[in-house]
Amino acid sequence: MTDLTQRERARPGAGRRPVRSLYSGNASAVMLRGWRATRSTNWLVVVSGFFEPIFYLLAMGIGLGTLVGDVTTASGQVVPYAAFIAPALLAVAAMNGAIYDSTWNVFFKIRFAKLYEGMLSTSLGPLDVALGEILLALLRGALYAIGFQLVMQVLGLNLSWWALLAVPAVLLIAFGFASLGMAITSYMKSFQQMDWINFVMLPMFLFSATFYPITVYPEWLQRVIEALPLWHGVELVRGLTTGDVGWGLLWHVLYYVVMIALGVVFTTRRLRALFLD
Amino acid sequence: MTERLSTVSADPATARAIAAGRRTRRWGAWYVALHRFRVMKSYTGTVVVAGIGNPLVYLYALGVGLATIVDVDLDGVSYLVFVAPALLASAAITVASEEFTYPIMLGYKWNPTFTGMSSSPLRPTQIVDGIVISVAVRMTVNLVLFLLLILVFGAAPSPVAAGMIVAGLLGGLAFGTVLMGYTSTLEEDTGQLAMVMRFVVLPMTLFSGTFFPLSTFPIWLQWIGWISPLWHSTELARVFSFGYEEPIWLSVVHVVYLVVLIVTGWAWARHIAVRRLGR
Amino acid sequence: MPAPVIVAQDLVKRYGEFAAVDGISFEVAPGESFGLLGPNGAGKSTTMRMVGAVSTRTSGDLAILGLDPDTHGPEIRSQLGVVPQADNLDAELRVRENLLVYGRYFGMPGRLVAKRADELLAFAQLEDKGKAKVDSLSGGMKRRLTIARALINDPRVLLLDEPTTGLDPQARHILWDRLFRLKEQGTTLLLTTHYMDEAEQLCDRLVVVDKGAIMAEGTPAELIRRYSSREVLEVRFGSDRNSEVAERFTGVGDRMEVLPDRVLVYSDDGEAELVRITDAGFRPITSLVRRSSLEDVFLRLTGRSLIE
Repeated sequence: MTDLTQRERARPGAGRRPVRSLYSGNASAVMLRGWRATRSTNWLVVVSGFFEPIFYLLAMGIGLGTLVGDVTTASGQVVPYAAFIAPALLAVAAMNGAIYDSTWNVFFKIRFAKLYEGMLSTSLGPLDVALGEILLALLRGALYAIGFQLVMQVLGLNLSWWALLAVPAVLLIAFGFASLGMAITSYMKSFQQMDWINFVMLPMFLFSATFYPITVYPEWLQRVIEALPLWHGVELVRGLTTGDVGWGLLWHVLYYVVMIALGVVFTTRRLRALFLD
Repeated sequence: MTERLSTVSADPATARAIAAGRRTRRWGAWYVALHRFRVMKSYTGTVVVAGIGNPLVYLYALGVGLATIVDVDLDGVSYLVFVAPALLASAAITVASEEFTYPIMLGYKWNPTFTGMSSSPLRPTQIVDGIVISVAVRMTVNLVLFLLLILVFGAAPSPVAAGMIVAGLLGGLAFGTVLMGYTSTLEEDTGQLAMVMRFVVLPMTLFSGTFFPLSTFPIWLQWIGWISPLWHSTELARVFSFGYEEPIWLSVVHVVYLVVLIVTGWAWARHIAVRRLGR
Repeated sequence: MPAPVIVAQDLVKRYGEFAAVDGISFEVAPGESFGLLGPNGAGKSTTMRMVGAVSTRTSGDLAILGLDPDTHGPEIRSQLGVVPQADNLDAELRVRENLLVYGRYFGMPGRLVAKRADELLAFAQLEDKGKAKVDSLSGGMKRRLTIARALINDPRVLLLDEPTTGLDPQARHILWDRLFRLKEQGTTLLLTTHYMDEAEQLCDRLVVVDKGAIMAEGTPAELIRRYSSREVLEVRFGSDRNSEVAERFTGVGDRMEVLPDRVLVYSDDGEAELVRITDAGFRPITSLVRRSSLEDVFLRLTGRSLIE
């Protein structure tokens, strides 16, 4: 009897029902904590995040737009400059909201606040924690997206009824970045390493067909950009808000589904390795 | 008339103290700067990578990429030449917003090294001076790297393009010292610094004639540029970079405005330091 | 007689209406180990900060090494070593680097600082931790590093604010041992504490401080003799019965203090008092005879415990 329990403890997850040790079906408890913490401390910061894409839209869309005029999209459609960058900013907003919550916030909780250590000493499993945190990040991304969509509607930048689908598309993007961000963060050890996330984010933000079509780049650079997640997000949302819809958009969706799956699996494994093994 | 306890007497212990205080009274700010350099050394990697990588990415993405769709005459130069000085000036603002926020909160509160410093012969004003000196040095390093990359891109035709470094430094310190004053007043960070980033730094970067001339905006939005240290330093940098034509009095206004901000912000930060560390 | 190192006369520090320090006077001679004993909030730390020339006094007079902190702050601080209550080591630097940068603040040449740093790491028993991150040190190690840092300039006076608060018993003893050595080498110590055992261990002379004012002054032995008896008998009758039982004691001890959890009987012979109590028919749940301590002095002077 003693033998058996000890052997089981030595190889966690090797029991008869491996998922039981990972997930207790209570991710909402983790979300609730996050929601309370946000509400009591930095809700203003969270709300203010909504303004970031709007500043960009005003400055670049309206200011720079007067110098640029119309732009030709990847599929040959000609649209006003503001309508060209608005969907990209929407995708970026989803990415930023999700990345902030799933990287810096999570890093702090793992390394300093020892929050997860406390959570995992209860009946919560690592998958509860991972899902709870990711879904919270997702919620934040969704709030930004809906707000920004309304602004786009008011400014007449939604060119088609397909734009309604941009909201679930943005959720997908946020989910992808949140799960991947958290997986990567769980491997980070110092603030300096966290800076490397910024080094990837900045060029991705500037290069991913955000402010101009990627056709201006040499062939090889275009391929690199097409391999990065933000470009898929931008193209997906832009296709929907400009009404340039085709089956090809589903490739972008597939890209995100794979990204989400990988992110969740790696985060769960890593949290178990960090706190339970 | 009460008798004063303290008289600068001939007591050997007193004399020793007087002699020992002399060096720090004179060089204290440099000692603090040296301390800061040692701390910065621990993140040299990120400073260098960001110092080269960020200019590269911005110059390429905006000066080359975005330029292909902006086909308007901008003061007679290409979009790359037009935007490069602005990107350089923004880089100084970025350094300022990193070095004058969290390190200051850290020193006063999270890891109160300033309290430790003030127990040594250093005076609070010297702590502030030392930090400003160290950040000015780091900013100069970043600006020089940026200038070199601009030259690699062939984006600064004027022979006096190096003057951009002075313009960038003035802008970065003008914003930075005021920011340091503000950060010094914070007893706790409940998101104020994030708000500064979002509602001051970001709009400033976008609305200061950075990516397009300020005159593109309706007049009721142009005031953002006029009060923005970034606009003043960008315009000044453009004068150095490609001989941007503006009346000489306006260039003088840029310099005077930035210097006034530096002096005011610096004095404010010193004032707070004396009050906060001498409670 | 050599000139005193610290002279304070009617020292007052007011924050708005509140007087944190309300007219304190004392003198510390060279080589002396002087303590400020009192509960949290008594004004000890504020006094220390004024002596450390980092907080300006509201009124009164103060001289450290014959100098006025208002005008000669840097000169005074050049002769002090300060160990604050909360460690303020630079967590962004390594252990040895903390000593190096701190030495520079005193204008010491780099080579001298490096030599001192190595000596002090040995003194603080941290030789093998020189390259470690500050955050990886235990509480006791951090405190020893802070003391090493305070000694980098070979100070005339060492100011220690609650030096062992928050440390475990073993770490406290290591620290006390290091402070003893400094005392033997002739360093003047000024320390605050709310632990009477610490005050008894380390202080040649001390003042008892409460609510910003001095209640008594003397050597630990003097104070105990003056304000307490030789021994103390502690008896417990259960939390709700202590005061009720104590009221019925008659002719027991020189003096009595009734606390919520126990009754203290002051006498030169504690055992005899216990016999007298049990003979009178009282049955305490527990009883303990001990020597009088500064805790009893404080209780006598203020009617309150030191640690609340």
